[in-house]
Order: sequence, then C-alpha cells, then structure tokens
Amino acid sequence: MKGFFGTYETGNFFDEMFEADGQVRPHYSKILERFSEMDVALFEPKRALAEKTYLNQGITFTVYSGDEGTERIMPFDLVPRIIPAHEWRLLELGLEQRLRALNLFLHDIYHDQRIVKEGVIPLEIIRTAKHYRPELVGLDVPHDIYIHICGSDLIRGADGTYMVLEDNGRCPSGVSYLLENRQAMKRVFPKLFSHYSVRSVDHYPQELLEVLRYVAPQGNPDPTVVVLTPGIYNSAYFEHSFLARSMGIEIVVSQDLVVKDACVYMKTTKGLKKVDVIYRRIDDDFLDPTVFRKDSVLGVPGIVNAYREGNVNLCNALGTGVADDKVTYYYVPAMIKFYLGEDPVLPNVETYLSAVDSDRKFILENLENLVVKAANESGGYGMMIGPNASREEIEKFRAAITADPRGYIAQPVISLSRSPCYFDGKFEGRHIDLRPYILMGEKTTIVPGGLTRVAMRKGSLVVNSSQGGGSKDTWVLDEMEAPC
Amino acid sequence: MLSRVADSCFWLSRYVERAESSARILDVNIQLVLDSEDQSANGANNLWRPILSTLAEQELFHSQHGELNGDTVMEFVTFEKANPSSILSSVTFARENARTVREQISSEMWEQLNRLYLHLQSPAARVAFRESPIGFYRSLVDQLHSFQGITDATMTHGEGWHFLQAGKYLERADATSRVLDFKYHVLLPSGERVGGNVDITQWMAVLRSCSAMEAYLKLFHGRVTSWEVAGFLILHASFPRSIRFSVDALDQALHSISGSERGHFSNEAERLSGMLRSNLDYTTVDSIFQSGLHQYLDQTQARINEVSSALAETYCSWL
Repeated sequence: MKGFFGTYETGNFFDEMFEADGQVRPHYSKILERFSEMDVALFEPKRALAEKTYLNQGITFTVYSGDEGTERIMPFDLVPRIIPAHEWRLLELGLEQRLRALNLFLHDIYHDQRIVKEGVIPLEIIRTAKHYRPELVGLDVPHDIYIHICGSDLIRGADGTYMVLEDNGRCPSGVSYLLENRQAMKRVFPKLFSHYSVRSVDHYPQELLEVLRYVAPQGNPDPTVVVLTPGIYNSAYFEHSFLARSMGIEIVVSQDLVVKDACVYMKTTKGLKKVDVIYRRIDDDFLDPTVFRKDSVLGVPGIVNAYREGNVNLCNALGTGVADDKVTYYYVPAMIKFYLGEDPVLPNVETYLSAVDSDRKFILENLENLVVKAANESGGYGMMIGPNASREEIEKFRAAITADPRGYIAQPVISLSRSPCYFDGKFEGRHIDLRPYILMGEKTTIVPGGLTRVAMRKGSLVVNSSQGGGSKDTWVLDEMEAPC
Repeated sequence: MLSRVADSCFWLSRYVERAESSARILDVNIQLVLDSEDQSANGANNLWRPILSTLAEQELFHSQHGELNGDTVMEFVTFEKANPSSILSSVTFARENARTVREQISSEMWEQLNRLYLHLQSPAARVAFRESPIGFYRSLVDQLHSFQGITDATMTHGEGWHFLQAGKYLERADATSRVLDFKYHVLLPSGERVGGNVDITQWMAVLRSCSAMEAYLKLFHGRVTSWEVAGFLILHASFPRSIRFSVDALDQALHSISGSERGHFSNEAERLSGMLRSNLDYTTVDSIFQSGLHQYLDQTQARINEVSSALAETYCSWL
C-alpha cells in the first residue's frame, strides 16, 4: 500500500479491496492508484462537495428517536465498492432464483398450502406469522406475482462467501440512495469512470414502471399508476417523491384517494380519476382502517375491498410480510428445493429457531455468542448482538425468547466483510452489506449492484440508516472489463 | 392534477411572495428610520410600530417582547419561528409545500428554495443580518427573485404553473394593499402637515417597498403626492406590483386553469376575480379617496380573500 492509503489495515477481516497479505485486489488497483495520489487537501473538498450536493437536494431522511424528528443526510463514503462481473453473475442467478421461490411460496400459502401439506413447513409457523393475512386466502393477484420489488440483504463472511441475511418483501427502501450515490460519484470523481466500465443503474425507475404497468388489473394496457406515501414526515419521503418524479407519475397520500363502487379514484382539479396500480409505501397494517388497524390515519377506507374485487392492484401485494418473517427465512432454501427442484445458489446464514426446542436450548445457553433478532422487526430494531450486549440486555432477550419462542431467531455473529472508508484524513475499514433490488414483472430484472450499506461506527455490525449507517456507490463491472 | 398538489402549489407560491414582501418592507423601513429627522428612540419606535400592524401578530409580539424597537421588531418579523408570518416561517412553509409537490416542480426550483431555507437556519444568516440588515434583506429578495426566474425558465407552463401564478399574484395584490395601508398607520409627527416633507418621505418609502420608485418618477416627473402614489400602486395597468395588474394576472391564471374564456366565468373563483378586476378597471383615484383610502383597501383585501377561499373550494377541497 502506498501514499494516502499508507496506514490502512485490513485487520482480521475479509476486506473488499485488499487481500489478507495487503495486496490490492485486481479490480481495485486503478482505484488505489488514483486515491494514493491524493492527500487530505485534495480529498476533503471532494467529500464536502458530495455532502453539499445531498443537503441542497434535500436527500435526507428523518430520524425519530431523540427530542425531535430531524432531517439528516445519510453519510456517503467516496471509496466505491466494486463487484467483478463473475461475482455479479452468481448473485443475479441466486437472487432471481430466490424471488421466484418466494413468489411461488406466497401463492401456495394463500391457496392450496401444498408446502404445509407435504410437511416442509409446519402450519403453525405460517399461522402465527405476524404478517400472514388469512383474509386473502383464495384471492388471485395479477400474474400470480406477490413480491414485485424485493430487497434481499447480502453479506460476506470471513472467507468472502456471499450469503443472504434476510429478504425484504414488504416495502424495501433505499433504492434512491443507490441512484443518487452514482450521481454524486460522477460529479465528484468524473475521471474514475473513464478507467472502469461500470454498468449503469439509471434505468431502474423505468424498469420499475414497466413492472407496475405489467401487473395492472385485467391486463389494462394503459393503466394509471401512482406512488402512495404516508407523507412528507415519513423517513423515506425523499425516496417516494424521487421515484414518482423519475417515473413521471403522481405521488399521492391517502387523503387524495377515495373508493367508490369498489374502485379507487384520486381527487384532481378536474374531478375523480381512476387509479389502477398503486406502488404503496405504506405497510399492510395501515392501508385500510376498515380492514386492518382502525386507528390508521394513513389509510384509505375501502381500498382492500377494491383490491379483492380486482379493480386495483397493490405493489407489493398484501400479505407478503409472511415471506420476510425471519422464521420463514429459515425455510427459504427448503422452499427453493420444494418449488423449483433446484439447489439454492446463495446460502442462508446458519439460523436457529427458538420455536424448536433443541435450538432454543442452544440459543439460551449461548446468548452471549449469538445475534438474536425479533422475527418481525426491521431497520435494525429488536436485535441483540451477544458479544456486544450488556448483562441486562442479554437477560431481557432471554425473557423475551422464553415468553415468545416463535418471535425470535438466532444466528452466529458473522464478521461482515469490510471496505475502506474515509474518516478524518485517513482510511479505516468498516463493515458493509449489500442490498440489491430485484424486480419481478414479465421478466425478472436486477439493477446491477445495489445499495452498499456501511456501519460507520468503528467495530459496529449494524448498517441500517436508522442506526447511523452510511452508504457507498456500488460498481458492477462490465463483462468486458479485464480482471487486472 | 391532484387537488392537494394544486393547493400546495398555490400556497408555496403565496409564501414565497409573502417572504419577499416582508423583506422589502423591512428594508425600506430601516431606511425610513435612518432618514428620519427625529432620531430619538421614541421617534424611531413610532416608525417601527406600524410594521407590526401591517405584517405581524401583534399580540404574540407583545407577549414575547417587553419593548418595541427596531431590533425586536426585525427579529420578530424575520427570524421568529413562533410567528407564523415571519420570513423564516414563510420560507419554511413554502419549502414544506414544495416538498409535497417535488414531482411537479423542477429540481432547480426545489434546490433554490431548499438552499434559501438552509441558509436562513444557519449561523451565517445571523452574521450577515448583524453586519448589514439592508444587505441581508436585499440578498433575500434577490434569492426569491431567482426562484421566480428559475420557475419561469424550468417548469412547464401548465396547470401547476398556473396555480403558482395564481398564488403569487393573489398574495402580491394583498401585499401591495397592505403596504399602502401601512402609510395610514404611520402617524405624522405633530407640526407636520399632510403634503409636507415628512409626509412625502413616507410616501416615497411606500413606493420603494413596492420597487415602484423609478417607475413612478418616470410617469409623474418627480412629483410625489399621496393621491398619485396611491393611484399608481392601485390602478396602474402595467406596473407589475400594482393591485390592478396583480388582480388581472390572477384572473388570467384562473382562466388558464379552467380553460374558460376571459370575461366569462365557469366557477365562483373566476366570478369573484372577474368582478374585482372590472371594479379596478373602472375605478378612479378620486372615488377611492372620496370613500376613504383605508376603507377601500380594507374592502379590497376582503375581496382578495374571498377569491382565495373560492379557489380552494373549487379546486382543492371540493370533496
């Protein structure tokens, strides 16, 4: 290592940029060359420019905990994460396979429940999944697609193997950061791109719109598609409005919609206009106060009935939460075998179910060495990392697991791979993961790469933006790019 | 266009215009105070009091500040978050509205407004304000003008743009009537006569706060009288801040939204704006002063408000 990277240490982790012996990995060599030439005086203005770009554009998310909801920009690191073409090929295969299986699973459990009848998944697990919606049993959705937009989180362990950590099949967020990060990198380091052939990501909104149009009710060839947001105070509002803008469609809040004769309409200056497809960024629970939570002010009364009647389609479908339950996650490799007769391309992380007696015993005996997660939380909430947890926290989780075994799973602590990040004049390794966005419509498409999330705190394994995580631009190299 | 979006465009634009008017008025008043012959604290305070009755929540001010002087009034009208009509509040509301309609307005518009908001919140704004309040207000007006320019140059002149125009001109007609009324609240020092030097200085200040000084002087060859200033600011057909011009532009915007022909109406907002417009077209300064300037302005403000409510009723809260 040289120059600006001189003091960088990989520690005992799998480092994305350097081999264990400190040799730069071939696909990072040109980045190293460029960055080594720089120093603080050259780098700092670039960092400031990137930050200012985000702030002026209002690319912010709202943090709730603390005294008031404050707008923050997500920390952005300027060292890109690079994925060589052959690695990406594998990821694409695995992610596509996984989403195919998840959609078959959802169709199955809301119809014949073959997978239960044939003993692959216990009925009890499905029945007690927090987001299972028995009221949807028997309902057909256009093209049998339930999860149109999936965000499956990938991590790499100590030997660099990619594994699936969880599937987000409800309202996965973060894709706007993926797109804006690329814009920011182009602005700050325009010349870097001429040294690499990086696959473009800009077409995501158009691909998304194509999926949304494809799943219109009754095959309507010219549907009205809208984005439904909880409103400007939602932490992901920037993303909702960004996607609506990039697709050129309306963004609506629940007050803009009414249901009449089991059809959904929006209120416009010229009267009511029928809506056919809703890309909703509101959870099932809040969608319709007449069906789910009665206290929801974000919802549209009657919308579920319109959906049941087949007059409007919701993306993702209702009831997909049962597929991203962390207990269901455990069964995804089995699902892949069951529905597709294939071996999973991407492995799961080893997982223990506290609902299973022998596993629970193991979990309770090894709490200080495991990561425990609530089955139905996301965003880094409801989670304990044993080795970092206080005595008190461990006991809290012990009690919670004992009281509600179905509600928790445990996994070994994985030392996520690390990537160099810039802090105060030098580079230090931080743990990262990868959230790709998989779209399923007429065909399955994955925007090359995904959002690389960074645990900004030294030693931390939590990458969620709500927990102070940051992000990086993610480059998937073109097949033509020579390995060195 | 969504009703809620139309409403947000309308208000976004009103708040931007409101912030601009307040900045102008404060700028001019600082100069008025500096020009005043009575440089005693009392004399200056007499010139700040009317600002409150024109622009702000007087009760809230008195509950917060013991003393009324230039500093407290400027602070209250510029930076006070609790004052819903302060410049900071107006810019904040404008930005909130812009955030809800980001897919309608151009990114350039949003970024300009967001930059301005971030600036007003920053310590740098305080520093600039302390160094030169006049410079601060002028730069603020400049940035708001940039917003208008960016709007015209980057946004499709379709329905959303027409709602922005409606908001802008409605607010402007209201603001000009308030500035004129402001003169009504400024007391002439004892011994000063109507038409005397102080009176004229004050009318000139009114013209300045509407950026109307140069335009007026060209027309009246340097002669400043209450009669002609009021006539100019209310009735001039082509000066862009006169009430008549603003109401005409408002009426045009409303007809562009509905597509109905001018001179006819297809909804209540158009009927009311058309009536107000024809009243302004056929009114003379003489008749205004005969019925009393203050009364006339009061009535005009009430009618402008009626148009605003009718517009909301027609397009935004019809269901």
